Amino acid sequence: MAKIKSIEDLRKVAKEHRDSIELLVRENDPDGFVIVKVAMATCSIAAGAKEIFDLISEHIEKRGINAIVTKTGCMSYCYAEPTVEVTLPGKEPIVFGDVDVFKADEIIEKYIKNGEILEGIIPLNYRTAESI
Amino acid sequence: MVNKTQIRIALRNCGLINPERIEEYISEKGYMALGKVLTEMSQEEAVNIIIDSGLRGRGGAGFPTGIKWDYARKSVSDQKYVVCNADEGDPGAFMDRSILEGDPHSVLEAMAICGYCIGADKGLVYIRAEYPLAIERLNIAITQAREFGLLGDDIMGSGFSFDIEIRYGAGAFVCGEETALIHSMEGERGEPSLKPPFPAESGYLGKPTNVNNVETLANIPVIYLKGADWFSGIGTEKSKGTKVFALAGKVNNVGLIEVPMGTTLREVIYEIGGGIREGKKFKAVQTGGPSGGCLTEKHLDTPIDYDNLIANGSMMGSGGMIVMDEDNCMVSIAKFYLDFTVEESCGKCAPCRIGNKRLNELLGRICEGKGTEADLDRLRNLGEVIKDTSLCGLGQSSPNPVLSTLDNFYDEYISHVRDKKCPSGVCKDLMEYFIIEENCVGCTACARACPVGAITGERKEPHLINPEICIMCGACMEKCKFDAVILK
Amino acid sequence: MDLIKLKIDGKVVEVPTGTTIYKAAKELGIDIPVLCYMDLKNLNIENKPGGCRICSVEVEGRRNLAPSCSTDVAEGMNVKTNSVRVINARRTVMELILSDHPKDCLTCAKSGNCDLQSMAQKLGIREIPGQEYAEMSTYRLDTSPSIIRDMDKCIMCRRCETMCNDFQTVGALHAVNRGFEAVVAPAFEMNLEYSSCTYCGQCVAVCPTGALTEVDHTNKVIAALNNPNKTVVVQTAPAVRAALGEEFGLEPGTRVTGKMVTALKNLGFDYVFDTDFAADLTIMEEGTELLDRLSKHLNGDKDVKLPILTSCCPSWVNFFEYHFPEMKDIPSTARSPQQMFGSIAKTYFAEKIGIDRKEMVVVSIMPCLAKKYECQRDEFKVDGNPDVDISISTRELAHLIKQANMDLVGMEDSDFDKPMGESTGAGVIFGVTGGVIEAATRTAYELHTGKSLESVDFKQLRGMEGIRSASVDFDGLEIKIGIAHGLGNARKLLEDIKAGKSEYHAIEIMACPGGCIGGGGQPYHHGDASILTARTKAIFDEDEGKVLRKSHENPDIIKLYEEFLDKPMSEKAHHLLHTHYFNKKKKTFEV
Repeated sequence: MAKIKSIEDLRKVAKEHRDSIELLVRENDPDGFVIVKVAMATCSIAAGAKEIFDLISEHIEKRGINAIVTKTGCMSYCYAEPTVEVTLPGKEPIVFGDVDVFKADEIIEKYIKNGEILEGIIPLNYRTAESI
Repeated sequence: MVNKTQIRIALRNCGLINPERIEEYISEKGYMALGKVLTEMSQEEAVNIIIDSGLRGRGGAGFPTGIKWDYARKSVSDQKYVVCNADEGDPGAFMDRSILEGDPHSVLEAMAICGYCIGADKGLVYIRAEYPLAIERLNIAITQAREFGLLGDDIMGSGFSFDIEIRYGAGAFVCGEETALIHSMEGERGEPSLKPPFPAESGYLGKPTNVNNVETLANIPVIYLKGADWFSGIGTEKSKGTKVFALAGKVNNVGLIEVPMGTTLREVIYEIGGGIREGKKFKAVQTGGPSGGCLTEKHLDTPIDYDNLIANGSMMGSGGMIVMDEDNCMVSIAKFYLDFTVEESCGKCAPCRIGNKRLNELLGRICEGKGTEADLDRLRNLGEVIKDTSLCGLGQSSPNPVLSTLDNFYDEYISHVRDKKCPSGVCKDLMEYFIIEENCVGCTACARACPVGAITGERKEPHLINPEICIMCGACMEKCKFDAVILK
Repeated sequence: MDLIKLKIDGKVVEVPTGTTIYKAAKELGIDIPVLCYMDLKNLNIENKPGGCRICSVEVEGRRNLAPSCSTDVAEGMNVKTNSVRVINARRTVMELILSDHPKDCLTCAKSGNCDLQSMAQKLGIREIPGQEYAEMSTYRLDTSPSIIRDMDKCIMCRRCETMCNDFQTVGALHAVNRGFEAVVAPAFEMNLEYSSCTYCGQCVAVCPTGALTEVDHTNKVIAALNNPNKTVVVQTAPAVRAALGEEFGLEPGTRVTGKMVTALKNLGFDYVFDTDFAADLTIMEEGTELLDRLSKHLNGDKDVKLPILTSCCPSWVNFFEYHFPEMKDIPSTARSPQQMFGSIAKTYFAEKIGIDRKEMVVVSIMPCLAKKYECQRDEFKVDGNPDVDISISTRELAHLIKQANMDLVGMEDSDFDKPMGESTGAGVIFGVTGGVIEAATRTAYELHTGKSLESVDFKQLRGMEGIRSASVDFDGLEIKIGIAHGLGNARKLLEDIKAGKSEYHAIEIMACPGGCIGGGGQPYHHGDASILTARTKAIFDEDEGKVLRKSHENPDIIKLYEEFLDKPMSEKAHHLLHTHYFNKKKKTFEV
């Protein structure tokens, strides 16, 4: 990695990263990539997030789904750990709570594959700094 | 209805980006604030933005961050330090850990900005060793930032150099106090010393040092990106921006929340927290951890900010918020916090070292039914003297849980000392075995089991336990097949 | 300097910037009570951790009370030292401290000298609420050859730490554990005996309570005096006579030499001798060694190391054996006066009076606690029989005299017995910093130059600064002399030597502030450093009053060499009056 030597370099890195994601997600393409984020803070891991992350990663691959599975920090829904956020191409992100092995399977099979709405969705309950 | 009381500033990237990939942080405008400060602003201008934003320290005391930076900036020295206080230790609080685990770069960026502002080229993160994942992610973040040239020499061609090291705390609560923290980093015993001198004059290794809490730092980059006015537009007159709380206890939705200053407890508990669990009655909310106090029903509509909480006998603290319902005994709650402070006092000053121990003993006696009404006066006097005379913030606030429960739940204390009853049924020593008349069939099993003959009653008639004789062995309850014997 | 105007208890005072409220109040004659605070002014030792909070005062506009010992004044401050809020807080804090302190005042070694006891009296504490059920912190008792640590009585004033770490740089005592369990202890909570402690006793000298006290040997002395089969010989160190009177209400600096001798005779000692005699003997040996090393050095002998360091302070010996073992060849091999005395008493004098050394008990009265350890060292024993059997402190002697219902103040003067009671002014000044080297200079000058000194007073060697240097003209040869008192100051000189930066020919080192007059076994000074100055003056007065002021002119010393030792540094002298040193560092870590 070449060092960032100016604000321009910084903007370039940001753009390259966004472009690389967009290239995969392709909003209007039914074959665009799904983004799956698993909250993996200490407390999430204690609640079983690591197993869920491994499981989802494994099955996404096994079942041939175009998806990027990443870990992220605390989503702040302690009461519903482990939590998983799924963004289907062109759709708003949706957070599922209390994800166990069965729920994970259901998320992959029903929501990711078919866009079927499931129980256990945690409503977005905050505004972002950007939005105000 | 989706509640949108929360605004995420400090937590803006938590749960959004992969904390182990610097590109994700950069794509969310990460390090833009640093770039802006380094290329467009003088030190003074940059500090003034923080002063104007009205940001106050999120570690507990609420000292204006910009003013702190300005002191450090004005201190003349060949070497200065920026320290990130990640020695989070309040029971039940994990705001800082979540930020470090979810968005470590925002803290690193803020430290670099602070370094530029005060003229420091070295940053230290003092983090408790009990946070291995946060340490791991911080290390990854520091390595990546160095690889990208965002830490190190001549950052973004500005000529400004800054690097960060991690120092580990050994888990002493008092090391969150900045002078104790500095002593600990120096390899000395982690105990506070008197201020002045403030760290801004003489801190780490005797050099000017600026110590900020993790959450405080996490707010910094956004302030530069969106402006001081934007930030000061959120919150109340004297408390700007948002505050992250670890909402815990008897609410339905426990979790990490970030609300604008001035949000009421009612909004937090009922709207965000989804109300009290199992439909029980709200009793109190404890804020500020072991340094804070309990607020009650009558405080539900008080806007939460630094000054209101203090005015009502509690404090912001680092952001623990524990909700209690009718099943919580307030004397036991006060004792719980005192157990903690007794354990965590460093022992340097007499009022904290011995006074908290004595407070705790008194509370213990009250819970055991050995307390007297005179003990309540003693609790208050001791508590006030400890607050008045202790050396550091720990002792100056440790009696708060006692004093605020005395203020707000005096009746409950009176029940303990006068009637020898614990209204919430928590204090075991104050409970009695009791036979429910309707359930008792008069089988006499309990009376036969009682080793001291405390149970009387005719066959096939409801029995009665004489509490004067009862030795609380529990044999009656064990023998009863009809759930007639209860403890209350 | 900028002046700051403030009001204390309604009175206006102007003091320089940086003055504490406590000191500003003193200007007004307001004596704010302090407990952990200690200020040894001319030694630059100030202990103000702000720990006891007894000195709390109310400052208008301040949220909480301020510790006056460590809070600087500010312009326009309005301070109240005796408001109801302050008095209540002060009493409550005092009750708290007492609630965690044993109540065995009657039998405590510090009773009557205890700062905590006086404070309880001053504040009028009559009861401790809740004492019946208040848990007390406990810690194991730690006994060493010199010092007893009873941490149950520790109030965490940290004075001992200041002395041990800042002043002495010995580093034997630090706060350990947390909260209610916090105590001051050696590293890893070892016993003192296995720590870096040098037994200087400065921790004992400043401890406000009975937490740190000397090992008491008065009973052993009484037993020896009561044993008809023993001849009990006593020696008294120079610094004792300058301080003993304080225990009997005399002004600091009052010399009680003659009264002390009478008291000792009345107590039943068979022979009352003077350590000053042995000090003169030390000068003969050490002075000769100095001249020997100096002349070899001047003649280009590379094996001879300079500077030569004095070796009469046992705490200092412990210090370099532990902290600078690689330099153990540099100090003089001369034993300390206490040990020279014991050695001569149990050989020369025992022969003279026709008894076996085992029938003799040598007691030493010392201003020092390290002497207790020193006399137990194996190298100072012959077939297990120590040269000095019992070493007691000035304080313990005072107890013996008081127990015997004697009125020291009204006592007649007596003279020391002969032959080991004869001494010169040079022996007397061993008791103060710079004294040993001055005594050595008096003798070495005359021996080296063959000329008689016009004035024996080497004022350039005197003073209270921690490190002093001076040069003395030895008839054209400039001798550079360094002096340090306090082991922290000694450390600086040693590090210079180690780094090859030292220019001195000879260095005198004393572990205690002011030398032996400030020893750990002296009457408690309670933080008043002016007492040390008064004792110093008493020592020099005694020197001036002596007819003989040079060790080599002591007739009984001359006789001792003629009859017994032959000459300084002779083989016999070497055997009886010199020693060697050990690497104690290794030993400690083996434990």
